[in-house]
Amino acid sequence: MPRRFQGVAAGIATAAVLTIGLHTIKPLSGQGQAAYRAPRTSDGKPDLNGIWQALNEANYDLEMHMARPALALRAGPYGPVPGAAVLALGAVGSVPPGVGVVEGGEIPYKPAALAKKKENQEKWLERDPEIKCYLPGVPRAMYMPQPFQIFQSASALFIAYQYAGAVRNIYLKDPGPPPVDSWMGQSVAKWEGDTMVIDSKGFNDQSWFDRSGNFHSDQLHVVERLTRTSPDIITYEATIEDPDTFTRPWKISMPLYRRVEKNAQLLDFKCVEFVEELMYGKWRKKPLTP
Amino acid sequence: MTRVFTAIGFVAGVTVLSAQTASRIPRLPDGKPDLQGTYDLATLTPMERPNGSPAVLTDEQAVKGEQQAVAREHAGAVAIDGNRAAPPKGGDGSIGPAGNVGGYNSFWIDRGNQFTIVDGQKRSSIVIDPPDGRVPALTAEARQRQASRLALVRLQSDATENAGDPGLEAAGAYDDPERRPLGERCLIGFGSTSGPPILPNYFYNNLHQIVQTKDTVMILTEMVHDARIIRLNAQHAPPQIRKWLGDSVGRWEGDTLVVETTNFTDKTRFRGATEQLKITEQFTRTGANTLKYRFTIEDPKTWDKPWTGEYTWPITQDHLYEYACHEGNYALGNILRGARLREVDETKTKSKQQ
Repeated sequence: MPRRFQGVAAGIATAAVLTIGLHTIKPLSGQGQAAYRAPRTSDGKPDLNGIWQALNEANYDLEMHMARPALALRAGPYGPVPGAAVLALGAVGSVPPGVGVVEGGEIPYKPAALAKKKENQEKWLERDPEIKCYLPGVPRAMYMPQPFQIFQSASALFIAYQYAGAVRNIYLKDPGPPPVDSWMGQSVAKWEGDTMVIDSKGFNDQSWFDRSGNFHSDQLHVVERLTRTSPDIITYEATIEDPDTFTRPWKISMPLYRRVEKNAQLLDFKCVEFVEELMYGKWRKKPLTP
Repeated sequence: MTRVFTAIGFVAGVTVLSAQTASRIPRLPDGKPDLQGTYDLATLTPMERPNGSPAVLTDEQAVKGEQQAVAREHAGAVAIDGNRAAPPKGGDGSIGPAGNVGGYNSFWIDRGNQFTIVDGQKRSSIVIDPPDGRVPALTAEARQRQASRLALVRLQSDATENAGDPGLEAAGAYDDPERRPLGERCLIGFGSTSGPPILPNYFYNNLHQIVQTKDTVMILTEMVHDARIIRLNAQHAPPQIRKWLGDSVGRWEGDTLVVETTNFTDKTRFRGATEQLKITEQFTRTGANTLKYRFTIEDPKTWDKPWTGEYTWPITQDHLYEYACHEGNYALGNILRGARLREVDETKTKSKQQ
């Protein structure tokens, strides 16, 4: 963790101690949200248990963007049109517009990295790991357009994502440096007042942030802050640091909403099976006719 | 024989702990047993009792078996000669994890070196009912199903890693990805490791983590990172919703968590079962570092009557790391591609001969 973050963290922790010390009724609620006291687990922590989901267009493009005809485009006589491989999808394959989740609007890429992002976007069909049902990485797992479930007890914190059956075991005690790089990284959580702060590192360089080619290196370091700010909302922030790719740390934020349906539950989305034809169909004894 | 089976003391109901044990097991603030932790399911005790073995091993038998296992581990840990010759062309004829060409050495394998201890007894099988410790014979209908011309694609969730030895499979096994074992496709781990029933896979990666909240119990299987979410005091999903690991609902009966699982897909096929499979599991903490796991299997289309197994899960302090299987699955594509190349070679050879 860079020193400037440590300073902020220490400041918040001090504020939390002061808040408790003064017996203030209003607990620290994170990012200047109106005070709301979340229900507690048996150990007195805010209860994050439940099934949650982002409701935004971040998975299409973290940055503010206009609608596009498709994720894969080709030049048409009067401007871009959907690429041949996705043409049959019509309006279903188009990109909905979004107000963006990046604080300050733009991701601060280094010049070479920005060029790579643009190349990623052009070669989206070949490169987006989501197309092959690969693990989503962090923070992308949190805003995939599918629900996830938080399991929180006094001794464990675990997140199961419906997309690709991805999982994160979040350590409550730092086990030390990650012994190996991984898709979902190694996460360690601590409470800062009523905010759950999750520090993750040990990532490989394979996951993306969205379907627009936004990417990172294996130097990625993500600090997420989860604060319950109303009965059915977790205010979510992630600070993304990767000196190989970005000129400075940058931040995304969004609400995560509770899936309030009476029968809300995660179902199977084992997309590995769904991509076998794409990845291995050409090696069938009798390949399916086009 | 009767005396031996009485010794096991198998009863149909849920496990009732002695007052002494009940006071010793970890509990949550609401008084419910705390099932949480990471467990290592590797064990020497096989699913089915070997012929001629008693249900409960004598101390001598257990010590001998465990010493042999440790000796095998030591033998496997001996450094390999860097100047050794390559395996002979076509493989060395061995079956097992080395895959005929030296695929896995002992470094990778973690089968366990102890027999499971249940109620203070070293057990010779996980199956305890029928009392002979053997999985009952398949019904005529199930045998017919298995023997049909579709049998090749009836892959099973309990298929072992060893089942896929090259050269030992029937013709057609490499025609399509759907014909490969579920583990090889990274859909679920092999050997029924994700279950239910959750079984040791007698190979590696046998860790399972339990996280427990007020209304759910989550069991993470290390292999293929399958998180099975057991909803407590809930209704099953409607019949048209099928899941690879089935749909699990649970309830507390005293100090035992009883979990019923139905709604399996028709591709899961534990031991050749149909999607009508119903599994009832019991999770009981039996000490500070142990959990007793019992399961009963029912599928009238596959077995005439239900059958039951049990074994103990010991807590481990080991960490569980990411098992990203599909992301690095070069094998599946190469296996199919290899089969196509072999077909081309065979065609060439034939045309030369003519």
